[in-house]
Amino acid sequence: MYSASDLRKNLRIKLEGDPYIVTEFNFVKPGKGQALYRCKLKNMITGNQFERTFRSVDVFEPADLQEKKMQYLYEEGGQYHFMDNASYEQIALSADQVGDAAHFLIDNLEVEILLFEDKPLGISLPNFVDLTVTRADPWAKGDSVSGNSKPVILQTGYQIQVPPFVEEGEKIRVDTRTGEYLTRVKG
Amino acid sequence: MTEHPGTGTVGRFKKNFSDCGMDPHPSETWKLAGKRDILRIRGELLHSIRLFFRERHYLEVETPVLIPAPAPEPHIDAVACGDRYLQTSPELCMKRLLAAGYPRLFQVCRCFREAERGSRHLPEFTMLEWYAVERDYLFLMDECEALLRFLSGTLYGKEEFAYQGRSIRLSPPWERLSVEDAFRMYGGLSVREALAEDCFDEVLVSRIEPNLGTERPTFLYDYPAELASLARTKEADPRLAERFELYLGGIELANAFSELIDPREQALRFEEAQQQQIASGKRPYPWPGRFIEALSAMPPSAGIALGVDRLVMLLTNQASVDDVVAFPPETL
Repeated sequence: MYSASDLRKNLRIKLEGDPYIVTEFNFVKPGKGQALYRCKLKNMITGNQFERTFRSVDVFEPADLQEKKMQYLYEEGGQYHFMDNASYEQIALSADQVGDAAHFLIDNLEVEILLFEDKPLGISLPNFVDLTVTRADPWAKGDSVSGNSKPVILQTGYQIQVPPFVEEGEKIRVDTRTGEYLTRVKG
Repeated sequence: MTEHPGTGTVGRFKKNFSDCGMDPHPSETWKLAGKRDILRIRGELLHSIRLFFRERHYLEVETPVLIPAPAPEPHIDAVACGDRYLQTSPELCMKRLLAAGYPRLFQVCRCFREAERGSRHLPEFTMLEWYAVERDYLFLMDECEALLRFLSGTLYGKEEFAYQGRSIRLSPPWERLSVEDAFRMYGGLSVREALAEDCFDEVLVSRIEPNLGTERPTFLYDYPAELASLARTKEADPRLAERFELYLGGIELANAFSELIDPREQALRFEEAQQQQIASGKRPYPWPGRFIEALSAMPPSAGIALGVDRLVMLLTNQASVDDVVAFPPETL
């Protein structure tokens, strides 16, 4: 069981029999008032979204989901194709089901496909993915006016803020949970 | 950072970044460096706050962070530390000083509250509290206006600032909205109905707060007496307490009272708060007996607590409290 203080973005809970994912989360507490946990929840089957506010006494069941390791193959016409390396079984997920994970999908990446009663619902990425910088402005050394970060484009088309010394063609490690730059990677 | 097994003495003592593919600046250091402008403004604000209160003849004091008996409040939990607690606010010690004859006091200090973490909450945060004897909450509204105008003027040379796409004007008069009017106007129900239906906090947070302080600051004032355990009730209507909250850009910045100085009434309210703590499965704190005793000598006073981190958020146009402290707790 989860309690309200376990709520956070991307937590999956069961409500009225359906699996839900927390898409937005904020802890709020009016002055002298009680702690409230405001969530935007998305039904993982229907995609329906709604807002709900929980109190610290509320408890939830975890969503009953299975995960299967699969490899990312390719995207075509808004469908993302994955393959089970053991059985060679292939499945496709919609752009909606893949969501923000599309920013980090590179060929042959191993991901977890989420299943609810054998139907694919979404994917879980490894926490860290290494991606190539395909577009970046050059670093003007000693240029302190340009600030502490600059935007670059990665091989998936994802735009990300990085320290100014990151150059085009380099590989960087990205934390897929936050979508933020972590470090430069050699090679 | 993970330890790399040493390859000889050099490997153990000298980190060779090109070998392990790491940046010379790990990401936390890089982010910390990126906060320098905000931390500079934060430092200047602390200095300006002190200037403001010194000019108004307030004495800056320090009171203990480690205390035996925090004020019992149903929804504020103190962090236990040995056989004492970290303060949730310096309120009780500040009032003991007022009772001892100190007329005007302020303090900037660290406060701690269990399990409070969100985009506007840190479990350890900086509080500004100030107190004045022979004054009431209306006086503190005026002082809030003067303080914010002074700080904005010192920083930016004008009485206006941008927050998250909106422009907030600080020139008076600021909006003064009673809690009752706010509930009827934005919530579609009365305060009594909200309390009876047990949805006061939910309505306040989701329907009312986003509308407060959007163009100019808003004082939300006159709370139901049961929601202000340390405030004086109104003579004209004892169901209401002389309490206000100050909002800017939908963010609650400060909480103020005309202080309750009746020791018997205060003891009753603390007992009720302790009963509520027990009912929700919490262990009540030791009884703050010395504070209750001191109240009998305390002159009529007004007091206010203002969240400094949120003040910095507002004046530097940052969306999260994480952006205005050097070290959010998860980065330690």
